[in-house]
Amino acid sequence: MFQYCAEPKTLEGLIWLSCYLTNEKHQLLYGSLGTVLLLMAIVAPVAMLFGFGGAVAARSHLLPVRLFGKGYTSMVRGIPDIIFFMFVPIALDQLFELIRHKIKCPDWTDAIWQGSDFVVCAEAKLPLSTSPQYVHEIYGFSLAVLAFSIVFGAFAANVLYGAMQAVPRAQLETAEAYGMTRRQAFRRVLVPQMWVFALPGLSNLWMILIKATPLLFLLGVEDIVYWAKELGGSKTSQFAYPHPDWRLFYFMALLVYYLSMTRLSEIVLGRLSQRLSRGQATFAGEQQRKAAR
Amino acid sequence: MSCWDTLLQYGLRAVGIGENLLPKTDFTLCQHVVLIGSGLIWNIYFGVLALIFGFFLANALALAKASANPLLRKPAEWFIFVFRGSPLFIQFFLFYETFVLLPRTGIEIPLGFTTITLATSWLTKAWAGALIVLFLNTSAYTGEIFYGALRSVPKGDLEAADAYGMHGWRKFRRVIWPTMMRLAWPAYTNEAIFMFHATTLVYFSGFPAFSQMGDSLYYATYFASKTFNPFIAYPVIAAYFICLTMLVIFSYGLVNTYLNRHLPQNMRTKIRLRPQVIR
Repeated sequence: MFQYCAEPKTLEGLIWLSCYLTNEKHQLLYGSLGTVLLLMAIVAPVAMLFGFGGAVAARSHLLPVRLFGKGYTSMVRGIPDIIFFMFVPIALDQLFELIRHKIKCPDWTDAIWQGSDFVVCAEAKLPLSTSPQYVHEIYGFSLAVLAFSIVFGAFAANVLYGAMQAVPRAQLETAEAYGMTRRQAFRRVLVPQMWVFALPGLSNLWMILIKATPLLFLLGVEDIVYWAKELGGSKTSQFAYPHPDWRLFYFMALLVYYLSMTRLSEIVLGRLSQRLSRGQATFAGEQQRKAAR
Repeated sequence: MSCWDTLLQYGLRAVGIGENLLPKTDFTLCQHVVLIGSGLIWNIYFGVLALIFGFFLANALALAKASANPLLRKPAEWFIFVFRGSPLFIQFFLFYETFVLLPRTGIEIPLGFTTITLATSWLTKAWAGALIVLFLNTSAYTGEIFYGALRSVPKGDLEAADAYGMHGWRKFRRVIWPTMMRLAWPAYTNEAIFMFHATTLVYFSGFPAFSQMGDSLYYATYFASKTFNPFIAYPVIAAYFICLTMLVIFSYGLVNTYLNRHLPQNMRTKIRLRPQVIR
């Protein structure tokens, strides 16, 4: 990156370190910090959407829909999230390929599961074996995002369902007394009031999401854990920057990165909760009212 | 070969007893159920021991964090912050790398007249190393729960204890601690469930599975990668974990009933399947 880094073997001390920390591999590491942020930025809204759908389904009057909603919301309570992270990408990948296979190669007669192989015709492969490397990476990342969204959607559904139940019954009765339909009462009374009840659970969920991001490594995405392992391993003198096993320091750096992320979120969410409690008929809102007087 | 034979062959495979060679072809449903079930021994081992040891450290942490003395309070606050604020996955890696860097021959401590050699190689094995990480992790989460409960012990209870002339250890043991447990128990149940779920991470994060002795998820991924069919192995492990979760809820529910036994029926808190806060 810098001019003086052309011959790394001749450098020493801090100058060596400045060159080492800015070489191409490290730039990829810094880029992967962005991957983590990107994952959170996509998963958070999608999971909220899934969660909202799940919570509404769990409150539905139709039995099958309600059963689906209840099953979706309680699945994460019984089954470890890691199992979903292992299962969902493979399952979805096979599902997509199977659908494409049925459409694109209708006259294929061989079995698809052949012993220990999953074989579809070449045109149905996802992504196509001819596509460039970055398409494979994007596809892998999207599957990971989908797995995260499904799991965190279920967590969010749990929280939102609880928040909907927590809105005082009298509020909804008042809405009914004004002649609102169920749908109107839901949209105008229930949804605006539920957020203050949902906030503690949702902020907790955000923290869990931050702490779940290193699991991307398990899904084969080249994330920060991958690069920390890769760069920290001992490098012989054949490499431009030889060094002993430094993985411990790299993981220390990751620890600090995550600690600062969670601390920052804690502060922001604390402020948000203060703001949302203003004027609410809750303990926190009452405290603010008394303090202002 | 009948399923009973498979059970005899692989029932304790995860702890190294029985047939050493894992099945390579022609996987049956029975093999899935038996091997994944045998891996569950590790999940239960990690979960139960971490929770038992963690319970004691968590009590100490909660009291230290609530203490007025900064020499006690600050370390407890930092311990809880570090372990709750960072991913368990990273903690596993970090501790594994630390344990690996310890000298393989052991640490020699000179005592003047003799030297003691502290063996360190066992720390890199999952049964000890991962257990230490899980123990510290659950202590931090539980410590925060207990601290929160300690701060919400009703003022009236404390005044009543004072009125009876209780103070110090007696007041703590008879009034504060039982109420703290009662208030913390639903959240603690939740933590226990997530602790058992977290045990599935052990063999995917630094700690290797020696001679293929792994936990249930290790065997589930083994089957899924061999058959390339995730629709059998993962539902089997999911069913096991649902049963395990039910068992945890049931046994923690028994303790909860015991803690609430002095209250009238309608005021007792029930352990709910749908908690407000996840972890």
